[in-house]
Amino acid sequence: MTAPNWLKIERRPVASGRTVFIISVLAILAALLVAAIFFAAYGISPIYAYYLILRGALGNMHGFSETIRRMIPLLLCGVGLTVAFRALFWNIGAEGQILMGAIAASGVALFSGLPGPLLLIAMFIAGFLAGAAWGLIPAALKAKLGLNDVITTLMLNYVAMYVVLWLVHGPWKGASMRGYAYTDMFPNAAQLPMIGSTSIHWPTLMLGFIAAVVMYILVNRTRSGFEIRVVGENPEASRFAGISQFKTTMLVMFISGGLAGFAGVGEVAGIYHRLLDPSQISMGYGFTAIIVAWLARKNPLAVIVTSFFFGILMAGGDVIKIQLRLPFQLINVFNGLIMFFLIGSELLIRYKISIRRR
Amino acid sequence: MGWETWIIATLSRTLAYGTPLLIATLGEIFAERAGVLNLGVEGMMIMGAYSGFVIAYTTGHPWLGILVAGVVGAVFSIIHAFVSVTLKANQVVSGLALTMLGLGLAGVLGRGWEGLPLFTPIHKMTVPVLSSIPVLGPILFKGQNLVVYLTMLLVPVLWYVLFRTRIGISIRAVGESPATADSLGVNVTRIRYLCVIFGGFLAGVAGGYLSVAYRPSWTQGMTGGMGWIVIALTIFAFWNPIYGLLGSYLFAALYHLSFRLQAWVSPELLKAMPYLFAILVLIFVAQGTLKKKMGAPAALSVPYTRGEE
Repeated sequence: MTAPNWLKIERRPVASGRTVFIISVLAILAALLVAAIFFAAYGISPIYAYYLILRGALGNMHGFSETIRRMIPLLLCGVGLTVAFRALFWNIGAEGQILMGAIAASGVALFSGLPGPLLLIAMFIAGFLAGAAWGLIPAALKAKLGLNDVITTLMLNYVAMYVVLWLVHGPWKGASMRGYAYTDMFPNAAQLPMIGSTSIHWPTLMLGFIAAVVMYILVNRTRSGFEIRVVGENPEASRFAGISQFKTTMLVMFISGGLAGFAGVGEVAGIYHRLLDPSQISMGYGFTAIIVAWLARKNPLAVIVTSFFFGILMAGGDVIKIQLRLPFQLINVFNGLIMFFLIGSELLIRYKISIRRR
Repeated sequence: MGWETWIIATLSRTLAYGTPLLIATLGEIFAERAGVLNLGVEGMMIMGAYSGFVIAYTTGHPWLGILVAGVVGAVFSIIHAFVSVTLKANQVVSGLALTMLGLGLAGVLGRGWEGLPLFTPIHKMTVPVLSSIPVLGPILFKGQNLVVYLTMLLVPVLWYVLFRTRIGISIRAVGESPATADSLGVNVTRIRYLCVIFGGFLAGVAGGYLSVAYRPSWTQGMTGGMGWIVIALTIFAFWNPIYGLLGSYLFAALYHLSFRLQAWVSPELLKAMPYLFAILVLIFVAQGTLKKKMGAPAALSVPYTRGEE
């Protein structure tokens, strides 16, 4: 690519945090500007539409609660994905890992017979391990056989989805649910406490914050974090340094899958109190979390901010659907556009472009 | 049902289902041979399926539908080409974004078109004389449509282009060593753009085939992950159109055979089979590639900047 000669393009040594932040915000604004075309095409003033989205997602307690409810799974999955992406492991399978976490938690809730608070703790542990196990399969396949991680993680999403469908239509179908494809309701002890009358299941939210902090420390302050970075940035060097790619890959996917599993526990124990249709358990959280992690520039702490932002967008999606009567898939269009503008803008982070004086 | 009828029915369906997989795989082979990984196949396919249906429905011309489906896929792929070739952004993320955008856009635009029957699909045909050959006749020459045959013809043509022509050499050189290709006067950017657009065209056509011929109607998410299976098949095919044909039909055969297990396995678990097959198929390939030198194009998913190697 040759640039016109009035443009000056230089490689930046390292972009400052402020530059990265400003460029990211501009990229999102640009994406929302393009997305405005869709509102206009439906004869709705884009400014009014964005106002409705913001008001619906933040303007009252119900909207705010919906925003945080969406933020919880995005936060957990997003933090996990920053760790996986750092090791250059493309985990596109958080969606399936969420579902496996939900399955394990439901199994414990319905059949373990554990008493009181032990039950919820056991559900979280089981959910983490199930999500982690689902994540370790593609990790092992990549590290041992060199299988493409994008494909394997994606395929396992579909497998997990059909396993849930099988369970709720077959062996786990609730006796009290008439014709519906649900399990029975969880016992009270297996239901997460909420903040007031909101749908914010705070224990899961707390887990998300803790995960963000712990992972920030792990990737920045520990030897494992250092190894993850080396494997991701320079696999050749990691071999010379005697870093086990196998162990590192397994570690990041244990974390990433496990945190997604937590998110699945939160959805069934916090919101639905039963196992149900996979498209309801996870409304594409695993995919949106990819953008959440990418926007956070793979920084686990920054995921707190980016997951909140996408929580607003998802809650705003309800407004689009209900108040504006537009198809909810518009949110996917938004997500796709934001992602394009985000990665497109990375050129601006790597290079400094200025107008040359004559 | 006798064994013979059973085999004929299964293999006949195999060709019908393997065809869209094969079309899109051929396209992805070209994009990846030029060094550009395009994970947007699913998005381009669904856009093709939507636009192909709408055109076929409104004009009554299914072939025009297929053509427009291809053009829409091609236009869509230009976004990926621009972001990954010109802006040199991460190809994995760009492809995922393309899929999200495609699924979203087709969902938004396709509302209101769902459930309409297409009265003018591409018809199944019976080839006279040939269809009366025992066994092979009813599989190959009865109840298939023209797209199936055209796709089969396309395979040797694309193989020839890729391995026996100057343009083929250029494409492979750009995918293996863009710097070398560049120094020999090959326009790396142009080749990459053309290959991605060609891949997008075929992905669009594959989607159009689904909504205009295979299942003449439009439904949300009717591609159901086929685009991802195409990515797996491209690897299985060692980036070679001939193996692409084998892989697509083999996969389609496994897919239909798995439905024969209906008596023993629940329908939900059966639907998970193709995705498990895709993984198994890759494991099978991995056993072979570790020793042989038949791997991916060396510069796959690596952006090229002159003077930076």
